[in-house]
Amino acid sequence: MASRILAVMEQRDGALRKVSREVVAAARRLADGSGGTVDALVLAAGPVADADSLGRFGADHVLVATHPDFRLYQPDGFAATIGAAATGYAAIVFAATSTGRDLAPRVAARLKVAYASDVTALAAEDGAVTVTRPVYAGKALQRARLTAEPAVVSVRPNTFPAVESPKAGEAGTVEVPAFATRVTVREIKAPTQAALDVSEAAVVVSGGRGLREPANFRLIEELAAAFGNAAVGASRAVVDAGWRDHGAQVGQTGKTVSPGLYIAVGISGAIQHLAGMRTAKTIVAINKDKDAPIFKTADYGIVGDLFEIVPRLTEEVRRARGAQ
Amino acid sequence: MKIAVCLKRVADTTSKIVIGADGKSIDEAGLKFVPNPYDEFAVEEALALKEKAGAGETVVYSLGGDSAAETLRTALAMGIDRAVLLKSPGSPDGLAVAQALAAELGTGGYDLILFGKLAVDDYNHQVGGMTAELLGLPCITAVAHLTIDGGVVEAEREIEGGIEVATCSLPAVITCDKGLNNPRLPSLKGIMAAKKKPLETRPAALGDATLEVLGLELPPERQPGRIVGEGVEAVPVLLELLRTEAKVL
Repeated sequence: MASRILAVMEQRDGALRKVSREVVAAARRLADGSGGTVDALVLAAGPVADADSLGRFGADHVLVATHPDFRLYQPDGFAATIGAAATGYAAIVFAATSTGRDLAPRVAARLKVAYASDVTALAAEDGAVTVTRPVYAGKALQRARLTAEPAVVSVRPNTFPAVESPKAGEAGTVEVPAFATRVTVREIKAPTQAALDVSEAAVVVSGGRGLREPANFRLIEELAAAFGNAAVGASRAVVDAGWRDHGAQVGQTGKTVSPGLYIAVGISGAIQHLAGMRTAKTIVAINKDKDAPIFKTADYGIVGDLFEIVPRLTEEVRRARGAQ
Repeated sequence: MKIAVCLKRVADTTSKIVIGADGKSIDEAGLKFVPNPYDEFAVEEALALKEKAGAGETVVYSLGGDSAAETLRTALAMGIDRAVLLKSPGSPDGLAVAQALAAELGTGGYDLILFGKLAVDDYNHQVGGMTAELLGLPCITAVAHLTIDGGVVEAEREIEGGIEVATCSLPAVITCDKGLNNPRLPSLKGIMAAKKKPLETRPAALGDATLEVLGLELPPERQPGRIVGEGVEAVPVLLELLRTEAKVL
């Protein structure tokens, strides 16, 4: 049976967020198994730049739900709108971002269906959705089947690459039902540290206790800046010591990341840190202790003084990128 | 102010995971179990809010087997007034758990219900939000900064590239993130007092699960890596490998 999949998009300040195309790509995998269709749903206060590109990335329909309160995230209104629109869909796909993680459980509870969070693989099998999701911070993988319809899932950023898969992208609208505003998002403040989040960045450069003091994180920031698209991460030890915001922490009580490149600087590699970054595609470790456990997980290691190695690496990366 | 805290017993984050004989759960033999770290932020917040208000009651709930009583005693030792163990084999379906908690908490007359933002075992990241939705209560998740003044909640939560500021009124459900506070350690006096505090046990009314676990496995081992060299001389070698072999530059 051809199934219809609803893909919930994210926008900020009237522009589509990058992860939205990944959500469409994940929804496409569920739809294509059964000759089904993908409807991308954009919730916003007005026009959203790039929404019309979603057809190119696999959306059969691009539906817009517009409401003056949807300039920022409006949890009650978003949940009410998606809940009301859910009829007839075999699955609803969210991004496992701060917004998706907040919104998806609300929608699932409204619809009285199960929700599988942060999935890294999904498929439609025998009329049900099966998922793979990391548990114990990636130390184990759980395979599960969602038997209620619609199946609600959120997909981990950087896991389902956006692919060009031209579809009609036919425009439509979704009605926003009356909703009770219980929570109001008043504003988004700029963060005190890194603007780019470790869970979404293509490159993550993380620092640990080997940096000796907080001011030396400058070396990590400079290396991240050299990559242009890198986020700054941190080990639990330095977050607990107050050197970095907890939002930067990679590991079991922090974030689990899957970037294309992860560079661990002065991090020994405690089991709870390794759990948070082992799904990175390529891992580089720089540490003075050749027996540090991080070298067992890293693809490439350099043994030596990070205070000499990192500035040189920054310089080489700058040169390599400048030459492109 | 009457505050409920929901607490889960989980394997310590430093544990090495071994898959159990059923192929669907972990082998618990030899593992150390602790209160879920994010739930400890919830316990601390409840205690701090009660202390600030100068009056009120704090109640901790855990859904689980008999062993969860030990986890509840930890919260009592930290200073929570009383505990309720909702006896249940548990469920991999967060909604089934949320239904049991909503049935219990809905009649409790709570001003505030606190959860950790997620449990570090199943990483479901959903029970708090679902419980709020079932109860029709406002909910702000993954909160790293919280102020409550005159029945109005203002909370900050980290989002990608910023901090979201949200408000709601009490009664409300809040799920707690790292950074909210520094949980206190139980004092010796607290541990002694906890032994005498009330701990009720009753069966949980779990909802029907529509999520079925098919299997649990260890992730594929990464291909063994290599040390490309020592000191700054190794940097050009690394760059070349990133460019030609890993193709990430």
